[in-house]
Amino acid sequence: MIEFKLPSLGADMDEGTLLEWKVGVGDTVKKGQVVAVVDTSKAAVDVECWQEGSVGELLAEVGQKMPVGTVMAKLLEPGETAETIVGTPRVLPAGRAGATAAAPPPRRMISPAARKHAQEKGVDLDKVTGSGPHGAVTLEDVEHAAAGLAPPAAVLPAADKAGEMRRAIAAAMARSKREIPHYYVAEDIPLVKALAWLQAGNAKRPMAERLLPAVLLFKAVAVALKRYPELNGYWRDGGFVPAERINLGVAISLRQGGLIAPALLNADAKPLTQLMQELTDLVRRTRAGSLRSSEMSEATITVTNLGDQGSQAVFGVIYPPQVALVGFGRVTERPWAENGELKALPMVTASLSADHRVSDGHRGALFLRELADLLQRPEDLDR
Amino acid sequence: MNESEIRAVVLATLLSIAPEVETDDLRGDRPLRSQVDLDSMDWLNFLLGLNKRLKVEIPEADYARLVTLDDVVAYLMKKLGIGP
Repeated sequence: MIEFKLPSLGADMDEGTLLEWKVGVGDTVKKGQVVAVVDTSKAAVDVECWQEGSVGELLAEVGQKMPVGTVMAKLLEPGETAETIVGTPRVLPAGRAGATAAAPPPRRMISPAARKHAQEKGVDLDKVTGSGPHGAVTLEDVEHAAAGLAPPAAVLPAADKAGEMRRAIAAAMARSKREIPHYYVAEDIPLVKALAWLQAGNAKRPMAERLLPAVLLFKAVAVALKRYPELNGYWRDGGFVPAERINLGVAISLRQGGLIAPALLNADAKPLTQLMQELTDLVRRTRAGSLRSSEMSEATITVTNLGDQGSQAVFGVIYPPQVALVGFGRVTERPWAENGELKALPMVTASLSADHRVSDGHRGALFLRELADLLQRPEDLDR
Repeated sequence: MNESEIRAVVLATLLSIAPEVETDDLRGDRPLRSQVDLDSMDWLNFLLGLNKRLKVEIPEADYARLVTLDDVVAYLMKKLGIGP
């Protein structure tokens, strides 16, 4: 029997509210399949399951708020039957009143708390629409019916959501500054060759396939990281754990305020056109609130790009448990001295904030030099 | 299609990307991106939206000329062969 637990979706998420089950009892679950939609302090996230089996029991109720690590469902391994798991104690957060019955009953599923509340309030349960798994009637359904309201939508109103996101960012950033001894290095990088190469390529592309400079910058970071593994990974249990893949967490600001940094997975191994498509899709889904759990939890480093409306440079706060953050300011034309000549060139300031427990400023500076060199050979980045 | 119809399409496209915008408060002669918070991806999507709705191809070399709302409307009218 496999316990499917609510995964952590980042340092600033310690609980989530189940919005929807995407599977039912008896369904086969494949590795990587989206099985539930969970609302976090930042966004609604499609939660993937990384084990295979068939759904034996759904424990979490729609609308239920639960801490990370809560067992949400039980999956049967091949060869197991439902009987194997009947009678397993339910794992529900303390303070949660009631739940649906464990085995599928022959009658309609109504949680004990819902039934009690319905009796007290004189609510006719036959007329209540159940929002729980398999139409189970939950306490909230009864409360809403009693108040003459529509069935509950577990999503918070916008104002609460913004406040909750602010608190989540505050917690993660305060933890970062409390625990991580940051050091900072910066490098001005000429972008003449990179922008000329992009412009020439974009002139041949249809509008929808043109590349933004950000994509080239992200790819350069991912490629440079291959030689600086001490910047790509996590600080866990008092030591550094290098990451096996290079997943760039891309800081995306939300129109209503706040930000999310979902991951561009395996960014070093993808051609620019694919990265651009994935970035476009990631931004769209971040703002639409339909990110996947792997994108929320698997970033191995964060990149923040202020873009053409930003400041000249940014020195970021590392997102724990990551150990580095790369920042790009606005691309502007600036004076640049080279071979005794002064020129005006489009430039970007790249910065690195890194964890001094893991790396030193010298290595950080070499990483930025590598990044600058890569951006002088943009054609080599498109592979 | 006349100027006001094109302006309406431009504003509708803008609203699809930045739904919080009060279009009545926008000054047509001021830089659009100093009035509306549009990042590089938003701006690209705005131009792509105009491309889709009006079937106008906008070369990247022309992006720099599209600063104000009035610039955008005038540019599109020229591309569509409308107006003076």
